[in-house]
Amino acid sequence: MAAPSVARPRALPRFSGLGWRRARWGYVFIAPWIVGFLIFTAFPMVATFAFTFTNINLTQAEPLRFVGLKNYETLLADRRVWDSLFVTLKYAVIALPVAVVLPFLVALLLHTRHLRFSGGFRVLFFLPYVVPFVAGVLIWGGMLSADTGWLNGFLKLFGIAKPPDWLQDPAWINYGLVIMGIWGIGAGMVVYLAGLKGIPTDLYEAARIDGAGAVATLRHITIPMISPVIFYTIVLGVVEVLQYFLVPLVLKNGTGEPGGSTLFYNLYLYKNFFTFQNMSYGATMAWVLFAITLVITLILFGTARRWVYYAGEAR
Amino acid sequence: MAVGVPAIVRRPSLWRRRARTNAGSRPPRERGDSTRSFIVTLIAVLAVAAFLSPMLRSISFALKSTEQVTQAGTPLYPADPVTFSYQGKELPLLVVPLPDGTTKTLALLEPGRKASTFVDPAAPDAAPINWVGSWRTLENIWTLNPHWENFAKVWDLIDYPRLLFNTAAIAVISTIGTLLSCTLVAYGFARFRFPGRGLLFTLLIATIFLPYAVTIIPTYTIFLKLGWIGSWLPLLVPTFFANAYDVFLMRQYFMTIPTEMDEAAAIDGAGPLRTLVSVLLPQAWPVVIAVAIFHLVYSWNDFFGPLLYLSGKPEIQTLALGLQRFNGIHYRDPGLIQAGTLMTLIIPVIAFLLTQKFFTRGLVITGVEK
Repeated sequence: MAAPSVARPRALPRFSGLGWRRARWGYVFIAPWIVGFLIFTAFPMVATFAFTFTNINLTQAEPLRFVGLKNYETLLADRRVWDSLFVTLKYAVIALPVAVVLPFLVALLLHTRHLRFSGGFRVLFFLPYVVPFVAGVLIWGGMLSADTGWLNGFLKLFGIAKPPDWLQDPAWINYGLVIMGIWGIGAGMVVYLAGLKGIPTDLYEAARIDGAGAVATLRHITIPMISPVIFYTIVLGVVEVLQYFLVPLVLKNGTGEPGGSTLFYNLYLYKNFFTFQNMSYGATMAWVLFAITLVITLILFGTARRWVYYAGEAR
Repeated sequence: MAVGVPAIVRRPSLWRRRARTNAGSRPPRERGDSTRSFIVTLIAVLAVAAFLSPMLRSISFALKSTEQVTQAGTPLYPADPVTFSYQGKELPLLVVPLPDGTTKTLALLEPGRKASTFVDPAAPDAAPINWVGSWRTLENIWTLNPHWENFAKVWDLIDYPRLLFNTAAIAVISTIGTLLSCTLVAYGFARFRFPGRGLLFTLLIATIFLPYAVTIIPTYTIFLKLGWIGSWLPLLVPTFFANAYDVFLMRQYFMTIPTEMDEAAAIDGAGPLRTLVSVLLPQAWPVVIAVAIFHLVYSWNDFFGPLLYLSGKPEIQTLALGLQRFNGIHYRDPGLIQAGTLMTLIIPVIAFLLTQKFFTRGLVITGVEK
């Protein structure tokens, strides 16, 4: 990241006369967002935080009471919280590498000069990204069906007599969900592609003259040069995976079937709010999720200095 | 922020130029490349075929009869069993293995558990043939026959016109809200210097990473107290208060437009709002289209918002929610489900195909620099 702080101390005194009049207009124009931020983000966040120290549960009409850290204690002792975190982690271990690597591979394919009609392919690979999420779940639900699904039909052609029951078998459900997720590669692919196009051709020229092969070029030029895009994809992937719950909610009606293997942390949280109506406990889970997201994101940003290469930045 | 990101993001002014020299960094093709070209293109064709095959399956299922869908061993394409008219009855044609080792296509006259009677369509006047074995193990003869009426059935069952109207109305109104508010906010961040600008902008971007769960309950409660639950208002009103993605996208674009014309307009006595409308916006239409199409598709596809605020009121629901409800009722009829699915996705897909240049370029800008 750039360091704009140098110019800051000098900036303030300049706000006088005309400067202030311009500044006032600035506030006027961003006012819609400020108001929205206060009403829909800042206030609700604080209120949610306050809920975590109370006993709001709409199914029991207990009087509102301050309970201190009781909700946090309950959470730490709640087996289902730990199970749901484990479910999320197990999914993340498979889903994240796919979400980072697959769009990159497709982008590499689309970027090679040997590919004809690359524009057409780009449109086709991107297309499912705009398919409504419920429609995507229903389409893939059929595709992965044990007996009428085409994937298993295809596997049977290759002599696999008993292909997995992707969406019913706890051992396979995560793979099923990851396969469902590949229709979302469009955004990542387009961003990777822009990154690849931004790499100066003379770097490749130099590598060729030095006798670097395809793998060496990929490892020493392409990947370092697009490391900011890889980093961005990882951060966004982590944030998304921690919040993953809509697909299991629609696919399994939020039951967590088969055998609790789709009771993701965020799904359990959603159920606390909207099914059990245990608002304080849900709020506590929400803030814990926020804290986890924040910590992981900060750790990622901390590691970024080591491996993310920003061209043109003093190192 | 980040400096090392692709040039196209650092200086989105390249946007417009890149559009024409898209393959800028691709070295020219050399001779002898055609074999490689063929292999790479073949790989891409196979990959894209696998990638889109679920869509093909959906289309095929949407055109199949209920009978075909519920029967095993039927063709991949929508088809009906071929029948043969015999004495005023329609008999199914089956492939029957005969004792002499050959197979023959015969019409099933009297099905039986252990043995059945068949008629030879080539010689219908000959005596019926007795065949020992279970007729259920025999294969039908199929002929391509798409059942377009599935779409008509779903149209009525799901009350498609109503859902389509609701979805479109919500999408259009919320897109107007987004365009109005995000244009103003992006203009404020792009063209005015004021104390706290950097901090506020960082705060704006940070909201992208905020889990929905830390704000949803109080927000829901506010809407409940206002009596807005069960109406479109919770989906529409917040769009008039701008959102991080679209403000970011528009601000990036505004910053690439030179300020000289702004200043000229100011000297001519135009106020800030006038400058925005008559100087900046006419130059920024690609980003306006990008934001509009983003938001249209986002709103069309949104499931969680309608689920929270429109549940239990079928008459004001959107297609996404209606489709899920439909699936809950008719899940035993995959043909109808897939027809409904296609009817839900067709509009965003067409909208994307018509505007895909703006769409993907917009994604690059929001995508890389956050």
